[in-house]
Amino acid sequence: MAETTPTAEPTRRDFLFIATGATAAIGVAAVAWPFVAQLAPDAEVIAAGAPIEVDLAPISEGQIVRVFWRDTLIFVRHRTAEEIEQAQETPLSDLPDPEPDSDRVVEGREQWLIVYGNCTHFGCVPLDFQGQYRGWFCPCHGSVFDTSGRIRSGPAPINLPLPPYEFVDDTTIIIGEAA
Amino acid sequence: MSTHSPTYVPKSAGAKWLESRLPIIGLVHSSFVAYPVPRNLNYMWTFGAILMIMLVLQIVTGIVLAMHYTPHADMAFSSVEHIMRNVEYGWLMRYLHANGASMFFVAVYIHMFRGLYYGSYKAPREVLWILGVIILLLMMATAFMGYVLPWGQMSYWGATVITNLFSVIPVVGDTIVTFLWGGYSVGNPTLNRFFSLHYLLPFMIFGVVLLHVWALHVPGNNNPTGIDVKTKKDTVPFHPYMTVKDTFSATLFILVLCWFVFYMPNYMGHADNYVPADPSITPSHIVPEWYFLPFYAILRAIPNALLGVIAMFAAIAVLAFLPWLDTSRVRSGSYRPIFKLFFWLFVVVNLGLGYLGAMPAEGAYVIWARILTILYFAHFFVFLPLLGLLEKPKALPNSISESVLKKSGSGMPQGAAAKPQDA
Ligand code: HEM
Ligand code: FES
Repeated sequence: MAETTPTAEPTRRDFLFIATGATAAIGVAAVAWPFVAQLAPDAEVIAAGAPIEVDLAPISEGQIVRVFWRDTLIFVRHRTAEEIEQAQETPLSDLPDPEPDSDRVVEGREQWLIVYGNCTHFGCVPLDFQGQYRGWFCPCHGSVFDTSGRIRSGPAPINLPLPPYEFVDDTTIIIGEAA
Repeated sequence: MSTHSPTYVPKSAGAKWLESRLPIIGLVHSSFVAYPVPRNLNYMWTFGAILMIMLVLQIVTGIVLAMHYTPHADMAFSSVEHIMRNVEYGWLMRYLHANGASMFFVAVYIHMFRGLYYGSYKAPREVLWILGVIILLLMMATAFMGYVLPWGQMSYWGATVITNLFSVIPVVGDTIVTFLWGGYSVGNPTLNRFFSLHYLLPFMIFGVVLLHVWALHVPGNNNPTGIDVKTKKDTVPFHPYMTVKDTFSATLFILVLCWFVFYMPNYMGHADNYVPADPSITPSHIVPEWYFLPFYAILRAIPNALLGVIAMFAAIAVLAFLPWLDTSRVRSGSYRPIFKLFFWLFVVVNLGLGYLGAMPAEGAYVIWARILTILYFAHFFVFLPLLGLLEKPKALPNSISESVLKKSGSGMPQGAAAKPQDA
């Protein structure tokens, strides 16, 4: 092959090189996208995430019931008067992730606490009624939650989050939202 | 010294024909027959061959298991029980595979501590060492995903905790975790993709192992004295000297594996993994497999989740920088009296972290885990850099053959003593 002599002027070869290179780069990105996107939750998984209805009537005071929405564990807790009082009277300054109990329940229905059931540290399921505050205690790395599902001590960074839900009537809730 | 010719000369017409088109027999001959190795290699140098055998064993038993295993959340657990009870010799395949994974890590850790002691990571073997660190990472990923496949309680919760490690990444963490799961929690899509990757990664390991051997055969083996090969008198041909030594050592190693497989096949596993995965209950005490325990202890020693994850990955990543953190130019620990003490301290630190990783994260255990975590990193960032500057090494022998023949590794009046080693 003959040697190319560098010229000061841009040549047609330079143009072709840049144009082809740019097209190839866009092409690579366009091909990479589907390979990454296929990892996302698929249509079936999303469809299975339709809202669920939970009947509260059979849940007696002091009981915690586990339900699943979108394959994710949710605690439905019927709190006793004492547990509610404890949650309400905790000063915000005692909380690593300060949030009043009133922000975590529906007004007038304070007995119902509905929170996600996986520890906000690395996702284990905390044990019911355990730990210093009789809320939950996570066996994995020792996070302690109170009767409002708020983190009190241990490595979990934030409170147990609330799933989207609303009351239909006194004894029925709908958890979830249309995807 | 040997009856073998140093270079391969094809004799038959067929071999000549092949050799002039693809010189593969010659490559094997020069790499594993005539290849010169230092004559003083001890049994610590047989673990490379053992690792190669273990990789093949994992691949062969794994392919057999995959013929009977069902990667579906509803069926995985019972398909493993099906392998154990119904498939002819299925129990043997599974116990070889599960215990083989553990013994694989036993071998790789011995192999690495050998390198740490004899300074095998130093110039000109840095790339060789870094390829080793990459193999370790791939092995860890493979073993982690393999452990998820039986879909027991430990599988499920191990997968949950480890994938959630990525949730600490700021901003994109939660999206990454959802993309790892293919759902809103560990579930069937997760199991499917882990199975696919668990099948793939060992073959990637195989590829990196080939690069590792290639990078080994450029400078040649290090040896217990750490000094370079100078003359032909310092070496022996790989075959028969190393082939015999490797085979003997591998046989003993496999006997130990058999002892586990036939007499205590579940010793290194966890009883909770014989309980099917249940997303609503976490076992009261979840621990990873023993070979992850030191790193798990480091993760839990640090109160902040993000920093804990960073420290855990850094504990492995720091190994890749070791060639530049150790400032001493004397390779072998045998000639470094103070380094030797710190080396054994480092071994104890690792064993200690391993023990703490299996204990609940509370009280004195946490305090100790913090102390040992500091010592772990201090080894790389304080002790090794300083030792090279402060320590006075012992006199080095003039040559490998001299050290072997006179049976005296040190204390002789030698001109070359304590001279920096160069490639
Ligand atoms: C680097 C090599 C490998 C390592 C370290 C490794 C590790 C593991 C581990 C720790 C388990 C869990 C064992 C248990 O508790 O039951 C496992 C399971 C499994 N592995 Fe591998 N593996 C390797 C290679 C392979 C290959 C190449 C295949 C397939 C071709 C494979 C297929 C399987 C299957 C089907 C299972 C599920 C059955 C079972 O749990 O026994 N593995 N692996
Ligand atoms: S997962 Fe709950 S404390 Fe770590």
